[in-house]
Amino acid sequence: MQYAAQKPSNEAGFWLLFSAGGVVAAVLIPIHLFLFGLAFPLGWLTQPSYDYLLALARSPITKLYLFVLCALPLFHWAHRFRFTLFDGLQVKHLNEVIFTFCYGGALVGTVLAAYLLWRI
Amino acid sequence: MSSQAAPVEFHPRWFRKRVSTWWWLGEWHYLKFILRELSSLSVAWFVILTLFQLRALLYGAEAYARFAQRLQSPLMIALNAVAFCFLLFHTITWFNLAPRAMPVRVGGKRVPEFLVAAPNYALWLIVSVFVGWLLLRRP
Repeated sequence: MQYAAQKPSNEAGFWLLFSAGGVVAAVLIPIHLFLFGLAFPLGWLTQPSYDYLLALARSPITKLYLFVLCALPLFHWAHRFRFTLFDGLQVKHLNEVIFTFCYGGALVGTVLAAYLLWRI
Repeated sequence: MSSQAAPVEFHPRWFRKRVSTWWWLGEWHYLKFILRELSSLSVAWFVILTLFQLRALLYGAEAYARFAQRLQSPLMIALNAVAFCFLLFHTITWFNLAPRAMPVRVGGKRVPEFLVAAPNYALWLIVSVFVGWLLLRRP
């Protein structure tokens, strides 16, 4: 690593996405996963009908909400997972591969979310 | 190290203690740090699940019924239960971080941490109740 000739980095932007995603993940995801991942499949609560969910997902406000719910947490994951691999496993020589995998993955997920919400 | 091309008579060997890959297992603080970092995997898992759900919604009622049925398999229940625990861990550590990142002072005195974190929990509760209401109401 060359500390002397460091270019101005995009780290601040990535960090902003990370922390915005962290807030969204902290506030919104638990209730979603609790309902769709546990309460509905286990029959603790009654599933909403397909038609109701579809109508909900088709409203523009919900679309925007769902897009944010998918996109920002993905960038939160990318940032955290990058540093987990980087520090935890000490694979510093793979830095660029990890970077591409994490942010590339987040970008693919974001595009997929946009596409699905646009088609719905 | 390209800037040090000139020969140096006494070049000290770099002293780097080799750190084990499992350095975080020894102490609770380190383990907590790694677990918190790993909670991001649950976040990614949730988004992937949601993308599949949207796809099923797009493909029609039958596809959605299949999706809902797949979520009932014991494996999925187990995965989601683990992911849910990690997500709670993320939420709590994230909220409790706020007073550290942004100490609030009133009249020169630092506001106790739990009072700074409290609005986060209130927001969490309100949002969760609203989402729950939206998904459980029967119009």
